[in-house]
Amino acid sequence: MKKYFRQAIQIFIARPVAHLLIGLDVIGKEHLPTEGPAIVAANHNSHIDTLILLSLFSSRVLPDVRPVGAADHFLRTRTLSWVSRYIIGMIPIHRKNSGSGEDLLADCKTAMADGKILVIFPEGTRGEAEEMEDFKTGVARLAAEFPDAPVTPVYIQGAGRVMPRGSKLLVPFNCTAVIGKPIRWSDEGADGQGSEKYKFMKNLKTTIKELSQDAPPMQWD
Amino acid sequence: MNWLMNYLAGIPAPLQIGFGGLFALLVIGSILAVVLPKFKPGKWDDLKPRMQSWWVMCGLLIGALLLGWQAFTILFMYISYIALKEYLTLAPTRKEDRGVVLFAYLMVLVSYGAIWIDNYMFFLVTIPVYVFLASAVMMALTKRTDGYLATIGILQWGLIVCVFNLGHVAFLMRTPEAEVPMAGAAGLVFFLIFVTQFNDMAQYMWGKIFGRHKISPNISPNKTWEGAIGGFATTGVLFVVLAPYFTPLTFWPSVWIGATLPVLGFFGDITMSAIKRDLGVKDTSRLIPGHGGALDRLDSLMFTAPWYFHMLAYFALDRF
Repeated sequence: MKKYFRQAIQIFIARPVAHLLIGLDVIGKEHLPTEGPAIVAANHNSHIDTLILLSLFSSRVLPDVRPVGAADHFLRTRTLSWVSRYIIGMIPIHRKNSGSGEDLLADCKTAMADGKILVIFPEGTRGEAEEMEDFKTGVARLAAEFPDAPVTPVYIQGAGRVMPRGSKLLVPFNCTAVIGKPIRWSDEGADGQGSEKYKFMKNLKTTIKELSQDAPPMQWD
Repeated sequence: MNWLMNYLAGIPAPLQIGFGGLFALLVIGSILAVVLPKFKPGKWDDLKPRMQSWWVMCGLLIGALLLGWQAFTILFMYISYIALKEYLTLAPTRKEDRGVVLFAYLMVLVSYGAIWIDNYMFFLVTIPVYVFLASAVMMALTKRTDGYLATIGILQWGLIVCVFNLGHVAFLMRTPEAEVPMAGAAGLVFFLIFVTQFNDMAQYMWGKIFGRHKISPNISPNKTWEGAIGGFATTGVLFVVLAPYFTPLTFWPSVWIGATLPVLGFFGDITMSAIKRDLGVKDTSRLIPGHGGALDRLDSLMFTAPWYFHMLAYFALDRF
């Protein structure tokens, strides 16, 4: 029941808003995963990044798509928490608990083992509009755990202009999502050592940066 | 089925034939889109998405025309919004201008509101006078001065072509039926859009077959004098022949509009090409598969719509 509710909201509200109201051009749609376990990793500038990524998937795949978000942000209030869990289908990460010995990614791993597609923003924060921050290692740790799961890089352009961090005003501009070829932990020749994770992250970040060159020019400063 | 037959019989004859002709063209195009790639693989690959998009665009247009001015005004309000948004996505704006941009979108509603309440004077002064002044002062109040003049100019150009100029198409739907007994207001609008798109296609075909001398290689390398003149002549003749069935124009006025309207269409096309060159893009977006963006499809209409409207108003319509 909850599953169908979420699917209906996403198909009949989220997708029309993303395509008709804001405007979205998609490049490389064929690279998107159609089944889990899989990870989709994108740059993060705005709350509407999640809306954009959810609207990329076909209705059939949507119920399996789970965005990952910060618990301290999305579970702040009751309403926000309800929307995050039941409409967005978010998996919360308690990033404040890092270093306590608790496995912050436990829920993500369970979901992936269950064949879900995780949507992750490796920057971990929205940062400055239309600029990319350093990547956190969570994605690499999940990729190492599921070495054959595809990690699909996505570059989103323009979301920071529609709704930058700190702004409550949504101003429609067309956005572009450039989807690249998936990379896998197993293809990276990893030997399980710690430095491999940084190599993986660096590779992922470079790939997303390269995808940005396929997006149309954007003049906004 | 009876009510459907009665309904179709109630459509003016020129429109029945016009819609029928369009349907035939779509069917022929779709057959070619399937057959041609079999003979020359690779060369005609984009014809299929192009034809599919034509079906959708013609379906929306004819559907709105049949439903009446209310549906048509809503359709064009949405088209103006899409066009303005596409333009402002590509054109340079500043971080401080988000509020003014949102204001510009809201003014699409006000401008089409004037069409909805059938107030022509209100329509005439909204975008070109008061939105012009208000947006300028709003942008001044953002306090950032570097790039002010360039940005306000960019915004106002978009408002004129996307909202004010395209709005004329929707306002034509408010022509009283008594003034256009041949095919009604829907006939006037259908004829404008058909002739404008036909002109684009005629210029393309003439250019493809006979094109030698480029008009302006640094703006639009595919435009040739042969294509332009051949296209103008073909469209002009078509206009004069069909005008008596769709418009109340007499012969000489229809010759004048038939001679000038295709040139305006060409000007719209080449102006948008100059903008795209400046911004460094080939298409304005990927909204319409096989065609590019909304602006790529609307560029000629942005110039032909006001001209057709004013010429009709001057020669034939008492309403405007």
